[in-house]
Amino acid sequence: METLYNLFETLNNLFLIIAAFIRGLFADPQSVWANLTMDVIGFIIVVVIIVLAALILILLERKVAGWTSQRPGPNRLGPRGWFQTIADALKLIGKEDVTPAGADKLIFKIAPMMIFCIPMMTLAVIPFGKGLAPANLDLGIFYFVAMSSISTVAFLMAGWGSNNKYSLLGGMRAVAQMVSYEIPLLFSLLGVVMITQSFNLGVIVEAQATIPFIVLQPLAFVIFVIAGMAELNRAPFDLVEADQEVVAGPFTEYTGLRWGLFFLGEYGNMTALSALGATVFLGGWQGPAFLPGYVWFFMKVGVFVFFMMWARWTFPRIRIDHLMHLAWKVLLPLAILNILLTGLGIYIYGFVMGG
Amino acid sequence: MDVASEKMLREEEALAEKNVFVTTVDKALNWARGHSFWPVTFGLACCAIEMMAAGGPRYDLSRFGWEVFRASPRQADVMIVAGTCTRKMAPLLRRIYDQMPEPKWVIAMGSCASAGGPFVDSYAMMSGVDKIVPVDVYVPGCPPRPESLIYGLLQLQFKVSNPAKVRLMRHGK
Repeated sequence: METLYNLFETLNNLFLIIAAFIRGLFADPQSVWANLTMDVIGFIIVVVIIVLAALILILLERKVAGWTSQRPGPNRLGPRGWFQTIADALKLIGKEDVTPAGADKLIFKIAPMMIFCIPMMTLAVIPFGKGLAPANLDLGIFYFVAMSSISTVAFLMAGWGSNNKYSLLGGMRAVAQMVSYEIPLLFSLLGVVMITQSFNLGVIVEAQATIPFIVLQPLAFVIFVIAGMAELNRAPFDLVEADQEVVAGPFTEYTGLRWGLFFLGEYGNMTALSALGATVFLGGWQGPAFLPGYVWFFMKVGVFVFFMMWARWTFPRIRIDHLMHLAWKVLLPLAILNILLTGLGIYIYGFVMGG
Repeated sequence: MDVASEKMLREEEALAEKNVFVTTVDKALNWARGHSFWPVTFGLACCAIEMMAAGGPRYDLSRFGWEVFRASPRQADVMIVAGTCTRKMAPLLRRIYDQMPEPKWVIAMGSCASAGGPFVDSYAMMSGVDKIVPVDVYVPGCPPRPESLIYGLLQLQFKVSNPAKVRLMRHGK
């Protein structure tokens, strides 16, 4: 029993032990160089997480699409079609790189890189396990929302730089949609912040040791999921790249790997948002002790991602006036109501407990 | 060009094809290209209905990984010319073909796209789409069933994945 417990503890702290070992290689474990090394390692790990997530999620997306319409999905290439994404990625590398003659070349080329940078920056504040946040910021949630809102600019850059009317329309739609849905998204997170009295994601996870916040904040969770799906421009909110209306939106003129970077960015953003949802509402790395914390964390992220895909392949696209109606007249008042109710709850709780 | 220099050029070409690096990368790329055809969402007539049926759950093109119909020709690899191409449509078809990035392939689906079909006598008809774009695979039928289209795509996959074998079959060298 004792050895088993020790094994679990070792597994749980595996990455912390490795980190301590690497720090121990330096003469002074707390020196600037040791910190810099750890930062670089954290950065590499985040990039690896994004690329792996994209590789797995693209196949998963197609498999879920098959599952919802009762067909097998890709199953010819490799065992059960697992190499399909690799073939697609290789093919995209081998495609011709077209830059339209009338394009604003600099903006056209920067936009996909920018999209790919955003999940790298946002995933940096997520605690992947106990003490496993690459950057432990005190304003974690604030930083996350601020960084993810930059992707609006990247979409507009892609739309403007392509010199294509459909691209520009798609970019404009992206701005309208993402700016609107950021507000309910942020307001839904404020209830949790009020309870924990902290913006730090590590503190928020620590506070969920007994009960995850999905139980205390069900309304906020629903608002977060809806606004999050709209923020990611995924169906039923995929007006930005609606095939029937604006060809492929801001991505219309992008070929090969540049378009692949957009794809990577989309799935990276999806992972980042799911990670935020799992951290804030589902208890992050907290869970029964028979599995290490980081395994719990990635399982919760997986559930979140699966739910998003399920919703994508189930619902038809929403109309653009309904989209704005939902954001400003339904989600925003509900989010403010949730803040009010949370405040009242905290007041009553303090009153009853004599605090 | 005189015969000697042409022979030298041929030999150099053959040598370049045997280059280790190029062949391995080429093999990998051909394998990847053959297994991920993304068609343009482009239907002209009744054959397009069969093309949609091929993408649907019953015939399920997605088993082979070809279900990703891209709306923008910039992200597509294969153009399935599904249906009658009139003279009025021909320049538009050619424009979409030109907008696709290399490497790209064309499948002529149905008798109309292959050779004119029942409308071959009409003055408005582009009898055979191979007059304006280079066609790789012809799928006969009026319209061809989804199985035929899938077979045609498999033939194209063979052609793309094994260029040497196809050259051997066509030219015997």
